[in-house]
Amino acid sequence: MDVAIVGVGLHPFGRYEGKSALQMGADAVREALADAGADWRDVQCAFAGSMEITNPEAIVGLLGLTGIPAHAVLNGCATGNTSLTMAAQSIASGEHDLAIAIGLDKHPRGAFAADPSVSGLPGWYGEAGMFLTTHFFGMKITRYMHDHGVSAATLAKVAAKNFRNGAANPRAWRRKPISEAEILGSTVVNHPLTQFMYCSPDEGAAAVLLCRADQAHKYTDKPVYLRASALRSRRLGAFELLSPSLPLESVPSPTVDASRAAYEQAGIGPEDVHVAQLQDTDAGSEVIHMAENGFCKDGEQEVWLAEGRTEIGGLLPVNTDGGLIANGEPVGASGLRQIYEIVTQLRGRAGARQVLGNPKVGYAHLYGAPGTAAVAILST
Amino acid sequence: MSKQIPLAPGLFTWPSDEPALLGGRCGSCGYVAFPFREHCLACGLPEMAEVELPRRGRLWTFTTQQFRPPAPPYAGADTVESFVPYGVGYIELPQACKVESRLTVSDPAQLSIGQEMELAIVPFGVTSDGQPTVTFAFRPV
Repeated sequence: MDVAIVGVGLHPFGRYEGKSALQMGADAVREALADAGADWRDVQCAFAGSMEITNPEAIVGLLGLTGIPAHAVLNGCATGNTSLTMAAQSIASGEHDLAIAIGLDKHPRGAFAADPSVSGLPGWYGEAGMFLTTHFFGMKITRYMHDHGVSAATLAKVAAKNFRNGAANPRAWRRKPISEAEILGSTVVNHPLTQFMYCSPDEGAAAVLLCRADQAHKYTDKPVYLRASALRSRRLGAFELLSPSLPLESVPSPTVDASRAAYEQAGIGPEDVHVAQLQDTDAGSEVIHMAENGFCKDGEQEVWLAEGRTEIGGLLPVNTDGGLIANGEPVGASGLRQIYEIVTQLRGRAGARQVLGNPKVGYAHLYGAPGTAAVAILST
Repeated sequence: MSKQIPLAPGLFTWPSDEPALLGGRCGSCGYVAFPFREHCLACGLPEMAEVELPRRGRLWTFTTQQFRPPAPPYAGADTVESFVPYGVGYIELPQACKVESRLTVSDPAQLSIGQEMELAIVPFGVTSDGQPTVTFAFRPV
């Protein structure tokens, strides 16, 4: 059974004092339903993802108590993809005709401050000041720049592009362009990454309504089909977050594994993708993920960024809505924001940031602690 | 010196004139990990034996920590005002593994991939009953 996306909704990411994550989630769901001309009572099951809210499925209490199976989902930064995949599987299996994936979150300001035990790590690791996910991003791009000749100027170009795309997106959190010089000159957080090269945790929600492909035209004249979805955890030897030690021999990141699996499922290759969302926890991550997802070879990012190939008018526009850098990362919702943007682009509804040439294939990639990656491929 | 206690037991030999990190080596497949763990991540068998890791290695990659981490869990004796940035990196220890560690220097100009590094035990914090603690770090040779 093929699965179509027939409605998308977003509660813009940002800071909303006095508004709960569940309320933001309900707004996103209502928008997705309105987009498809569907009613909440038509929805046959729900998958709601959140990191901060332990029972996001309680959202049914704001939408209507229809008795449907409602599930809570949490899978770190890949939560949005997992919610989407589980909703899609509930349709592909024939169990349901119409399902919804929901993401909602509300993080406190500043760096995540958890106890190392939540990641199975000893207490001393946190006491010594090592339990910071941002260290990994600084260390991975330091090694990558050394091995593949990527410059700090290229990192600044990535961040500047995402702020520029955010400025063209009326629903982005950061809507002010920031120059490459200002990005390079901002406070260093973890060498070589500066404050304006990192995304921040924030608040927001997104929702994606899915149905059996043969019923899609009941809801929309522009369905978008989920062609592939793959999730992978780290293999021994992958250089990943929060690893007190690693073997001497390295293996590729789970992003490489998830990407290859998704291309195989979809029966397409990276050259067929027209628009991509790549996890940009920081500018270095976007650079690395361009290669790990097969779009360029290691080191080619220098020329790609210099020539503007990932700009909205370029060969492969990346993070057209500003990505995490301009939208922040409410962990449970972030992956569904990516799907919202890809669907918006494939339907030609992206306004000032619309990718030209009638894009037909979109790619969404997530990556996060403790070494989890997910890829979804969508097409018209 | 003898009053200083390690941040956690079992991390490194202490007190010692030539301290070494304490890892585990699998008796079945030879996989090495730090800190010591009972089950091998490579083959899954509970055959890890405690070993002293090499004291010297090469810097594999690095970054810096420019602001005081959220506390807890961070337990340094410093304050937001007195905090001094520190380096963090992975050291490739020959025939063993790569170990993630604090570095004694945080100036990127003094760090480069491939440079030789050596284990150092450095003052760190204070226990709840007032005893000074030490932790491990690597310093350029």
